[in-house]
Amino acid sequence: MGLIEAIFLSVIAASTPLLLAAAGELVVERSGVLNLGVEGMMIMGAACGFAGAWLTGSTLIGALCGIAAGAALSSVFALLTLGLAVNQVAAGLALTILGVGLSGLIGAGFVGEKINPAPHLYLPVLTGLPVVGKILFGQDGFVYFSVALVAAIWWFLYRTRSGLILRATGDSHTSAHALGYSVLRIRLLAVLFGGGCAGLAGAFLPLSYTPFFIPGMTAGRGWIALALVVFSSWMPGRLVAGAYLFGAVSILQLHAQAFGLGIPSQLMTALPYLATVIVLVIISRARGGGGSVAPASLGTVFVPDR
Amino acid sequence: MQLVLEKRAERSALIAVASPLIAIVLTLVTMSILFAILGKNPIAALNVYFVEPLTDPYTLGEIVVKATPLIMIAIGLAFCYLANVWNIGAEGQFIMGAVCGSYLAVVTNGTGAGPWVLPAMLVMGAAGGALWALIPAICKVRFGANEILTSLMLVYVADLIMDYLVRGPWRDPKGMNFPTTASFDPVATVPTLMDGSRVHAGTIVALLVVIAATVMLGRTIKGFEIRVVGAAPRAARFAGFSSNKLVLFTFAVSGGLAGLAGIIEVAGPVGVLQPGISPGYGFTAIIVAFLGRLNPVGIMIAGLFLALTFIGGEGAQISMKIPLDLTKVFQGILLFYVLACDSLILYRIRLIAGQGKAAPKTA
Repeated sequence: MGLIEAIFLSVIAASTPLLLAAAGELVVERSGVLNLGVEGMMIMGAACGFAGAWLTGSTLIGALCGIAAGAALSSVFALLTLGLAVNQVAAGLALTILGVGLSGLIGAGFVGEKINPAPHLYLPVLTGLPVVGKILFGQDGFVYFSVALVAAIWWFLYRTRSGLILRATGDSHTSAHALGYSVLRIRLLAVLFGGGCAGLAGAFLPLSYTPFFIPGMTAGRGWIALALVVFSSWMPGRLVAGAYLFGAVSILQLHAQAFGLGIPSQLMTALPYLATVIVLVIISRARGGGGSVAPASLGTVFVPDR
Repeated sequence: MQLVLEKRAERSALIAVASPLIAIVLTLVTMSILFAILGKNPIAALNVYFVEPLTDPYTLGEIVVKATPLIMIAIGLAFCYLANVWNIGAEGQFIMGAVCGSYLAVVTNGTGAGPWVLPAMLVMGAAGGALWALIPAICKVRFGANEILTSLMLVYVADLIMDYLVRGPWRDPKGMNFPTTASFDPVATVPTLMDGSRVHAGTIVALLVVIAATVMLGRTIKGFEIRVVGAAPRAARFAGFSSNKLVLFTFAVSGGLAGLAGIIEVAGPVGVLQPGISPGYGFTAIIVAFLGRLNPVGIMIAGLFLALTFIGGEGAQISMKIPLDLTKVFQGILLFYVLACDSLILYRIRLIAGQGKAAPKTA
């Protein structure tokens, strides 16, 4: 396996959790809810996903545990922000703090344990293709699922009636309410979906990326996923580009460190975070300083009048 | 059954006072259940967490030591949150304050410099924190970049800058390769206030901050401006208040206070610059700010309470083998309950029987 192929494979692996989490959050934000708890839901997904896989020996069950954990945590967020009209920013922060703590508690017993990483799915002829074979057709299920998920989200948002209603809810909850749609129910489903995606993204880390669990292993990926949604202008297609761009940055800095160019390793490690700031600035600037493409009701509280 | 919110005609003053207390009680009940799940006696665990630290003079002092940075950071955050500005990178500003202030301590180490060193360190610490906080503020004002994400990203960057310095240029040559600076000279150290306790002069600074913030938020035009911009941005525009200037101002104040807390922490209880100087003060301070109702005096009380959970958590880890992460769980649950109870100030909750179906679950 050549170096280039290895780099491509690792870029895809680094991008997949970002893509999964950001795809879920994109749907949440399109419904008008800003859930800043992605990091907390991801790390819970990682802990519960690893626990599930270690106890049963099955990657699939592990992944399902991760999804369930993320969705469960997001239901708490939904209860607060939708049921009790709590400020979404503050509730999201609470969710992250809680998730980090709970995951440490759950994962403590599993630190140092190892599992078999998710199997790579090889296709008979295609995987054998020169150059692109292993890159395109030699990934594990998570990778294929993440791409399919984004395609499905695109189709849902732009080609189905439900998707149209969801986008309308995010752009004007009062109009959606006036038309007779249950804003809170639509948002509840979106938040649960986003939580499941974040949980799956977290579960990917110990189930595929590294075959073990360490506390805090998400290392800010949840926050980067949030930034990616802004980067993508809330459009699924651009989300893929963004996620792979960030995956590439985080992998290339690792390789640059290996070459030892005399640059402090800390600077290279800081690159993905710095890149996030810079990208946010450039994107926001290109839009003339306004979040004009953001869903208009994003982050605002909705209390239906009866 | 369906849960429905009804807007109250006016804010409930009673619940405004009672809500933090209700939240604490609910958290304690939830924690008892968690302790039971972990197979620990809830009464004994709550005793170790919340009562024992209050019975020993040394741990009482430790609570004050831990509360000092929490109060300073949280008061700064209150300025931001009142103005509806979301600085969540106080942890990074705390670290950069510690780094900038420590620069003086490192270069004057062993040179016999005069007593000017400590005051200058405090000024540099506050300036460092404020400048670090101004990065997301300027990105927001100039380019419209979301301050929540940028301020948080800079936490990781600040952490790595400190890591680089203490492993590289600032490492103590006699430190056996540990990533730490040399111990600060006495002139670069915040003095303790009494023997047998680590309570230090920084606590007095924190008290002064509480007083100054109370006056500023309650009695000055600037404080009024902050409230108006946060509560009624449209009215603020008519009044000619610039929300952009206020973003810069509140970020600078909160960054400055976090930076000051950072340098006081390293020049005081820690005594060197090294990784792990903060057990997440910058994030816990967010909870302190909300639990204290964004009010300086409330924040002081909330800061002492959250500090108690840190100390109690350490005690519970040692005597009952309860994982330290439970403290974070406690803090997260507490914030949830505080936010939920706050909602009762504005709304009345009605449970309505009838056609409302239980929430459907679809994938």
